Amino acid sequence: MTTHTQTGTVTDIAELRRLSARTRQLILETVHHAGAGHVGGPLSVADILVNLYFNRLRIDPENPGDPARDRCILSKGHSSIALYTVLALRGYLPVEELATFDAIDSRLQGHPDLRALPGLDMSTGSLGQGLSPGIGMALGARLAKLDFHTWVILGDGEIQEGQIWEAAFVASRYRLHNLTAIVDYNRLPQFGWPDASGFTRDEPIDDPGGKFAAFGWNVIEIDGHDHDALGGAFDAAVAHRDGPTVIVAHTIKGKGISFMEHEYNWHATPPDEQQLADAVAELQGALA
Amino acid sequence: MSATQTLLATEPRNAGVREAWGEGLVALGNRYANLVVLDGDLANSTKADLFAAAHPDRFFEMGIAEQNMLGVAAGLATTGYVPWISTFAAFVAKRALDQIRVVIAQPSLNVKMCGAYSGILPSKTGKTHQSVEDLAVFRAMPHVVTIAPADAVELQAAMAAMMEDVRPTYLRVTRDASPVIFADDYVFEFGKAHLLRRGSDLGIVGTGVQTVRALEAAELLEAEGISAAVLHVPTLKPLDVDAICDLAAATGLIVTAEDHSIIGGLGSAVAEVLSEHIPTRMRRVGLQDTYGESGPNDALLEKYGLTPRHVADAGLELLALKAGAKATGK
Repeated sequence: MTTHTQTGTVTDIAELRRLSARTRQLILETVHHAGAGHVGGPLSVADILVNLYFNRLRIDPENPGDPARDRCILSKGHSSIALYTVLALRGYLPVEELATFDAIDSRLQGHPDLRALPGLDMSTGSLGQGLSPGIGMALGARLAKLDFHTWVILGDGEIQEGQIWEAAFVASRYRLHNLTAIVDYNRLPQFGWPDASGFTRDEPIDDPGGKFAAFGWNVIEIDGHDHDALGGAFDAAVAHRDGPTVIVAHTIKGKGISFMEHEYNWHATPPDEQQLADAVAELQGALA
Repeated sequence: MSATQTLLATEPRNAGVREAWGEGLVALGNRYANLVVLDGDLANSTKADLFAAAHPDRFFEMGIAEQNMLGVAAGLATTGYVPWISTFAAFVAKRALDQIRVVIAQPSLNVKMCGAYSGILPSKTGKTHQSVEDLAVFRAMPHVVTIAPADAVELQAAMAAMMEDVRPTYLRVTRDASPVIFADDYVFEFGKAHLLRRGSDLGIVGTGVQTVRALEAAELLEAEGISAAVLHVPTLKPLDVDAICDLAAATGLIVTAEDHSIIGGLGSAVAEVLSEHIPTRMRRVGLQDTYGESGPNDALLEKYGLTPRHVADAGLELLALKAGAKATGK
């Protein structure tokens, strides 16, 4: 087995929490500056990305093309600003470059472009497509006798796509223990479903863990904002050697900003000056 | 434009196209350790089963789930493997199209998408399994090389060239054995058309197996005292613009021949080129904006207007128009 490179790992929980707050602040500042962009989803997936990139992934920003590096696919590509922010903090790009998000000629496309920015492992954006390339990477690792792990972050809305379940079947069929899916289970879709009471945005898909279990996956359910739980689940997923693991990370859309939490109107709305100031104050207060 | 009779086979023979594809994969698999095959539960139809037997560790059954299969191929491509897709043209060109767009075409990943049972002769399975828009679909996608070989020899030559190329590629494969027109030492070049027959009265442009029928059409026309040139276009993209324009300049009348819709395929490609560079009166022989149906091959070719006679008649029609225009001074 060829070994990976690894630099810059952070295991201290307080430091991870500080990085999460910094990530959230940069997300809000960037979207405010760009005047457009998703907010709710990036805030709900922020802790997952921080923990993965700082605590778990065996990667080296100085060598982003290392064939033996761990892979990470943000299948819910509309949360790209969260990924770009974490990549910037991790050293893949200057933090100042976040200001180019969404702009013409930027490496930071609205949805991640594999060819635009080193550190991205797959193009995503059309929902439900990320798990399949993850299978390809896991099969490639097995074939090349490399021990890297592939992580795929799914939105709970996008797992309505049929391709996810084609992939769930095949990953299980090949017993890909070097593949882990993480569902950002924030339960708040863009529009929602009619129901008996008229209309609901709650739970775009019920019990994703049970559905993956039915396809033969190892299922771990955690609080997706708890760095202790995230680190533990990532360890358990890697340790599991009999087939793929899905981590259902229970999250809150808009997490960390009281007036954005559980609010679908913050799916893709940039904060104004005052809202940004209030949000930053709240993030810094929570760390004090 | 090169008129090289040495390109052509001297002895008439038929050869299985899907068999050539399967055997070609096995041979390339021997030469390239990074060649892998993904199959949509059709390996015994496409003949990818030959590869599965020869290289079982590099054969991945993906089941009847094409969207996932193309996504898996993209992931494998990022780890240094070159995935070849085994399914029918009807499915690869439509069932997994958004996956191809986002994770293969846009990032230009090196995936070889092969469409078996293309055109309207996929045994007697009918319109669901016939593929009459695949060339249009892939030709319209940025970054995707689009190839339609004429016979088993050119198919294998194209496959060898594809392994030395890193672009995402669509390769059209037909089901049935068909006449071999190229000599065994034929070398495939991306974007190069071949003048297979010289002629002065009109030019026929063919692609895929329809080039074989174009050559037969030229024979029919010769018997009627008409000299028809035949140009074979194996790559719809990149397109050999110069060869097409040269043929139009030399003959003044152009007929296109394809076992595909006349919308978006070869006929469209040639019309686009000619109207920009050298406006030329032309006729497009192919599926006339229609789907096919089940039936014996001969009956299908006859009903949907793809026989050598149909190609020859399109040429005669153009010649009559030209004569009429001369007579009336237009």
